[in-house]
Amino acid sequence: MGLTGIQIFKLLPKTNCGECGVPTCLAFAMNLASGKAELEKCPYVSEEAKEKLATESAPPIRPLTIGTGEYAVKVGGETVLFRHEKTFVNPPGFAVLVSTDEDNASVAGKIKRFLAAQYDRVGLKLRAEMFAIKDNNGDAAKFCALAKVVSDETGAAMIFMSDSTDVLTAAADTFKDKKPLLFGATSENAEAVGNLAKAAGCPVAVKGGGSLDSVIALSEKLSAAGVKDILIDTGTRDLKKAFEEQVLIRRAALKDRFRPLGFPTIIMANEMAGDLMEEALVAATFIAKYGAIIVMSDIQPHVVFPLLLDRLNIYTDPQRPMTAEQGIYPINNPDANSPVMVTCNFSLTYFIVSGEIEASRVPTWLCVQDTEGLSVMTAWAAGKFSGESVGTFINKCGIKDKVSKKEVIIPGYAAGISGELEEELSGWTVTVGPREASQIPKFLKSR
Amino acid sequence: MTFQPSKQVYSGKIRELTLGTGDKAVKIGGKSVYSFHSFEGGTPNAPRIAMEVWDKDPSADWPEAARSPFAGVLGDPGAWARKCVEYGAEMIVVQTKSADPNSENMPAAEVAAAVKKVVDAVDVPVIVWGVANHEKDTEVMRLVAEQCTGKRVGLCPVEEGDYKQIGAACLGYKHVAVASSPIDVNLAKQLNILLGNLGVSSDDLIIDPTTGGLGYGLEYTYSVIERIMQAALTQEDEKLQQPIIVNVANETWKSKEANLTSEEAPELGDAAKRAVLMEAITAVDLLIAGADVVVLRHPDTVKLVGNYISKMM
Repeated sequence: MGLTGIQIFKLLPKTNCGECGVPTCLAFAMNLASGKAELEKCPYVSEEAKEKLATESAPPIRPLTIGTGEYAVKVGGETVLFRHEKTFVNPPGFAVLVSTDEDNASVAGKIKRFLAAQYDRVGLKLRAEMFAIKDNNGDAAKFCALAKVVSDETGAAMIFMSDSTDVLTAAADTFKDKKPLLFGATSENAEAVGNLAKAAGCPVAVKGGGSLDSVIALSEKLSAAGVKDILIDTGTRDLKKAFEEQVLIRRAALKDRFRPLGFPTIIMANEMAGDLMEEALVAATFIAKYGAIIVMSDIQPHVVFPLLLDRLNIYTDPQRPMTAEQGIYPINNPDANSPVMVTCNFSLTYFIVSGEIEASRVPTWLCVQDTEGLSVMTAWAAGKFSGESVGTFINKCGIKDKVSKKEVIIPGYAAGISGELEEELSGWTVTVGPREASQIPKFLKSR
Repeated sequence: MTFQPSKQVYSGKIRELTLGTGDKAVKIGGKSVYSFHSFEGGTPNAPRIAMEVWDKDPSADWPEAARSPFAGVLGDPGAWARKCVEYGAEMIVVQTKSADPNSENMPAAEVAAAVKKVVDAVDVPVIVWGVANHEKDTEVMRLVAEQCTGKRVGLCPVEEGDYKQIGAACLGYKHVAVASSPIDVNLAKQLNILLGNLGVSSDDLIIDPTTGGLGYGLEYTYSVIERIMQAALTQEDEKLQQPIIVNVANETWKSKEANLTSEEAPELGDAAKRAVLMEAITAVDLLIAGADVVVLRHPDTVKLVGNYISKMM
């Protein structure tokens, strides 16, 4: 990706002055190519070289931010086609559509559900973060009033959708500090909307006519006019074709570093399905395959919750396991006589073990030990779930003050540590629990 | 100038194989491009939808949303299977839950008899899904293989610990082996090689990569399937060019969130729709990754995913 060390070297002064911290320009060029150095370190580099290097080393998909404050959505900046090749970086923003001809009660309902649909999971807050506000009658005052309601009541990042340059201008004027996404520049109004975005300092979406060629023409035009923060809507609303386009856009941006398609994309799921359930599957498709913003017609907890989980799963960094926080988790209201179980902090293990304990309805203390995100067997093999470490954890975590029965249940796969653990926990009994979490309810109920 | 999209070079192809017999036999696999990439090459068979049938009444374990579409048939595997076919199932997966030594531990003969009932009740292909206990699965699958001679059923899971026994049963009675490995490309490949050495033909072999449900490890299965697809289609790894089946129903419906009622978790909305979407989203993700068969539970999921597949093909 980007220029090679040799290509960069040709643009440097080749004086080997050493002021950048490495002895030769070639070594510095190599460091630049691998991202280990910054160009600013070289005091003698020419303006021309600076510009060239900046363009060439720019991320293949433009990173940009929509909105401000806690709901700001960062999109773009992706570097791989498949998440296992490294990781996906910026999860797509979820947007709920409201329009100027929608009645107040309907808008209020969406705002209420938007604010309510927030879920904690593995220490993260999962929620939708955007509203798409759509002009359906060309009335700028009405549009701004609706945007104000949404902005005041939610603080959400906003997308302003209108065919009218006047409406977009009025709205951008009023709300430009909120960094809304202006939607969008078409073949009819690209110049005016591009200038507006530039003047307001807001990102802008180009809306193609259902082909990549139409999008390329628009993004080239805006780029030439100096607009940098661009998003792409190809205009296609057929699911199969949209899927094809998303794949081709991502490939062109990464494999060919084709600049006119090197922008994040926006998906109008609301215009691609018959009902909200189908919209959810459209959304899931483009969570996996390269959507950066997904607009839906409504927000309902039973729809947004599974989509939030999906987004979390797909955007989890495969190089770093998700972890649960070390500590004591009371499940089903345990008391001093309830059993104590211990497990590792690999998030999947935690979810499955706690889920099974919950399902058993047996009040239980679950102690989760930090094993750096390793599962029980791996942690045990790596010496991070040993008699000594589990013993230290049980002694220090505070569980001893909560229970009167001196017994700890360890995972079946860690049976080997029971002797050593008994030595660490004087006066305590160590019981070997089941190997598989699915057997926990039976195990707990039969005690 | 028109835009010339960057071409993905494909050098391999997933094998096409047949399950079942007669008019309702089903062909799976056969694609020579990534999933739903028909713009780049051949995808002769759409992904298939299988529905699950348990060999015991699951009422005690299932939420209302999953029970109600099958009212009256949950205690009768044959009737249940026919109901699934009415709902659009292209295949039936019999989950032999009653065989589990940690549960009812029903004798193998009775389990096999229940399977036979399902096989006789429907004309669509049947896959028998065991309990991942090597001794018990071996016992059950041997009987099933013999009693279902000529039906070309799938036997699953064939694992490293029992591949010789169950593989032999597949060989002997000309059934299809579903090789199951724990979410790992290399282990999947190794098991396919072992089965090949045993004599199981690559025309009789499906991969079960092990399924993680939405919120519970979906990303692991998703990426393992994508890696298998890359190896099979672009790196000519011919030991991985087998169709893939994913047991979505079982994994998604056992999660906590699929079982909470609307009253228990009002913040999660309508219980039935939530569970159906958890199942459907898991299925869609794994189909996009490259799965050829998805095993589903709820008829609404079947409809949603069925429509989805026809739009994407």
